[in-house]
Amino acid sequence: MAIATTVNGKAVMLEAEPDTPLLWAVREELGLTGTKFGCGVAACGACTVHVNGEPTRSCSVPISDIAGKSVTTIEGLKGADGTLHAVQKAWISAQVPQCGYCQSGQIMAAVALIQKTGKPSNAQIDEAMTNICRCGTYPRIRKAIIAATGQAALESTAPEGAA
Amino acid sequence: MADNPTLEMEAPAPAPVKRKGVKRRMFLIGGVAVVGAGLFGISIADSNAVKTAAKLTAGKGEHSFATWLKIAEDNSITIYSPHTDIGQGSNTGLAQMLAEELDAAWDQVKLVPAPAESAFANTGLGRGFLGEMTGQPAIINGVPQSFLSFVARQMNLQITGGSSALRYTGQVTFQKVGAATRLALMEVAAKRLGVPVGELATQDSHVIHSKSARSLTYGALAAEAATQSLDNEPTLKDPKQYRLMRQSLPRLDIPAKVDGTAQYGMDFSVPDMRVATIMAAPARGGKLTSVDAAPAMAVKGVEKVIKLDDAVSVVASGYWPAITGLRALSPEFSDGGNGSISTASIFKAYDDLIAKGEPAGEAGEGDVKAGLGAKPVEAKYQVPFLHHAMMEPFALTAHHKDGKLDIWGGMQDPLASKMKAVEVSGLDADAVTFHPMLIGGSFGRRLPMYMEIVEQVTRLAMQLPYPVKLIWSREEEIAQGAYRPQSAAFLQGAVNANKRIAAYSNDYAQTESAESETTFIYDLPVVARRHYEHPSNQITGAWRSVNSTQQGFYNESFMDELAHSAGVDPVEFRRNHLKAGSRHLLVLDTVAQRSGWGTPLPEGVGRGVAIVESFKTIVAHVIEASVKEDGSPKVHKVFTVVDAGSIVNPDAAMAQIEGGTIMGLSSAIGEAITLDKGAVQQSNFTDYPILKLADAPLVHDIHFINSGAYMGGIGEPGVPPAAPALANALFAATGKRVRNLPILTQAKA
Repeated sequence: MAIATTVNGKAVMLEAEPDTPLLWAVREELGLTGTKFGCGVAACGACTVHVNGEPTRSCSVPISDIAGKSVTTIEGLKGADGTLHAVQKAWISAQVPQCGYCQSGQIMAAVALIQKTGKPSNAQIDEAMTNICRCGTYPRIRKAIIAATGQAALESTAPEGAA
Repeated sequence: MADNPTLEMEAPAPAPVKRKGVKRRMFLIGGVAVVGAGLFGISIADSNAVKTAAKLTAGKGEHSFATWLKIAEDNSITIYSPHTDIGQGSNTGLAQMLAEELDAAWDQVKLVPAPAESAFANTGLGRGFLGEMTGQPAIINGVPQSFLSFVARQMNLQITGGSSALRYTGQVTFQKVGAATRLALMEVAAKRLGVPVGELATQDSHVIHSKSARSLTYGALAAEAATQSLDNEPTLKDPKQYRLMRQSLPRLDIPAKVDGTAQYGMDFSVPDMRVATIMAAPARGGKLTSVDAAPAMAVKGVEKVIKLDDAVSVVASGYWPAITGLRALSPEFSDGGNGSISTASIFKAYDDLIAKGEPAGEAGEGDVKAGLGAKPVEAKYQVPFLHHAMMEPFALTAHHKDGKLDIWGGMQDPLASKMKAVEVSGLDADAVTFHPMLIGGSFGRRLPMYMEIVEQVTRLAMQLPYPVKLIWSREEEIAQGAYRPQSAAFLQGAVNANKRIAAYSNDYAQTESAESETTFIYDLPVVARRHYEHPSNQITGAWRSVNSTQQGFYNESFMDELAHSAGVDPVEFRRNHLKAGSRHLLVLDTVAQRSGWGTPLPEGVGRGVAIVESFKTIVAHVIEASVKEDGSPKVHKVFTVVDAGSIVNPDAAMAQIEGGTIMGLSSAIGEAITLDKGAVQQSNFTDYPILKLADAPLVHDIHFINSGAYMGGIGEPGVPPAAPALANALFAATGKRVRNLPILTQAKA
């Protein structure tokens, strides 16, 4: 029995078994590979998407739970004309990604945080941004979120003496 | 220079190693077979490699230079990198180095992975390592380049590791390729314009004759320049003339990593592809003894259960049915005779060996027994196995069709990966192609010494009529790692009446000698390092900065203990044992000054310092930390000073130091792989905790000293001083010395 849902604004029918995690339906059935498999137990957040606007770890939500809901993946973040989302732009300016594998999930978590709080404080960033980055890009994630919301940097981390 | 090298040429012997009796693991990243030959050259390469490379890369209107560079008549410039950019920004740095010396227009430069073919074996890397190992780069200067290139190709050397990309490939090869190609372009331009070469200049992919206000594009000169023989030792630019190097140019790989378009091995797919997952013997060394396939076959979507010698794999229409099928199985494995191995049994064996006092190797100078005297300061330290835990679990796709095998995915050595598949499949090298893709983290895990995944996917593909993507679950990835060794050390030191160290001794036990990655920076009259060797059933892995992590922790923690025992400030105590005018002293003084060492701190906060040299780069951290209510450490501020000689891309280098510091803190605070009955007890991020954003330092001040010394690495050296600086800060805050890691003991015992 196919499950009707909306992904990145388009109505889709998912044919996978109802217990299939949303992550694998998105990746293998819809071919949207920007959403990553990291742990399978909702511990790392690499698979974060939005379900009805809420940040959701898609590896641990069966598709039977998202019938009739609206899903946004990293591929759905750009504007209709292909313009990058302000958070994506901030990610490039701050040169956040290293290996980059967790960054789709980090960006989706950050967008949800900003939609909810407007201008998040450091404490709100600490609380919301629980996705794992093994490369250790956390200082730049924080910097990019602050910059994307038009807040002044808290502490300068510009390189010195390297010219 | 001979174009057709023969093996008759005699290899110069490596310079004698002063330390006696120490088994040197010559190659820094884990003892692969490049030891011994020890001979590689710059790859303004032998003509066979150059010709093959040209055939592989240059299409119509495109011209290949010295293997690694292609200039097209439309002025576009393509650089082929033998390194896998795992996110350290090294490929952007390599492009900066080559484009700088070429005087290329940056917006027309692109960098792509070199084909996993022997023509693209990385000769500059081997040469760099050899020079560093012997301390005498001069001994290889007399060896013909062509011979060195030939040897590297025989070794399938296309590895990324040892913080090597920029300092070896970049300095030894890419800058020279750029400079030599620029000279060839200028010679052709001189002839065409009828002017002396000396009147020409270059800028933004143009050769310019300003006297006559004429210029020619590189694209227009490329065809003829490609027929010139290149200068093997071109003069490089004075750094004062740099336009691209030492600039924080935005990394080339980042835009695709923010919109989901970057394609990692995990993301690859081809029509008709199936997905497999796998479980190997939990106790490494064990074999698959029996498995009933029926429960997996009952899962909708499962197509096959395949038994391998030491593992069972389930092949299905997708990952979810594959992992559901695998979890339905109850496979039985032998333990390979390793059933009695545990974390405790290994530490016990270490203690016994050290007590017995028969080291496998030793280094140092002076009479340590006499120097230590009757009452030395003593301390025992223990650190656990550590896991890489890269964010992308292993995923490779393989397809065997019409006698050919194709493999797609990301490994740290594409060429060695290909050769592993050749060996396992029994196919000719010409029939196997490895297609390198982006890597979602590695930190040493995807090195060629432990490529079970390549072997597994090859075995699956050879018996399946369709392409198959093999994905390791996170549980498999954690349990089947190639860990930083579990290690223990017994340290002793004697401080004389002048508060100077009279003798220093480090007895450490682990699987292999750590000597290659141990740079002891202090100038002491008597010092000894002894290695006690004890194997386990685990692979000895290369974990970001390799043995520098545990050795850095031992030595920098114990220096702190000696300082306190002598009643001397820890910075002052270190200063007293570093040579006047040394780079180490400047790094230490600078970090003390920038961190406000000695100034008052808030109640409960302590300050700790550590300085470690690894991969020819000196890094010092000062950390301010306290203990949270739940007993876990809180890192408030980190001050870091780095002397890597010089820096190619300051912002990318800073990112490596930030990330390396956080990885060092993460492992010190919470990470441990423990064994019971020969098997790993951890299974996922739930019991192998990685530091999260909230616990990363809010302030990290990073300062680079450009000493101009030979370029050191940048990807790894930020890691080793993190653990001891934190432990020393916690001692300052609480009076409690941390001698066992992780600080939060996660071991289930």
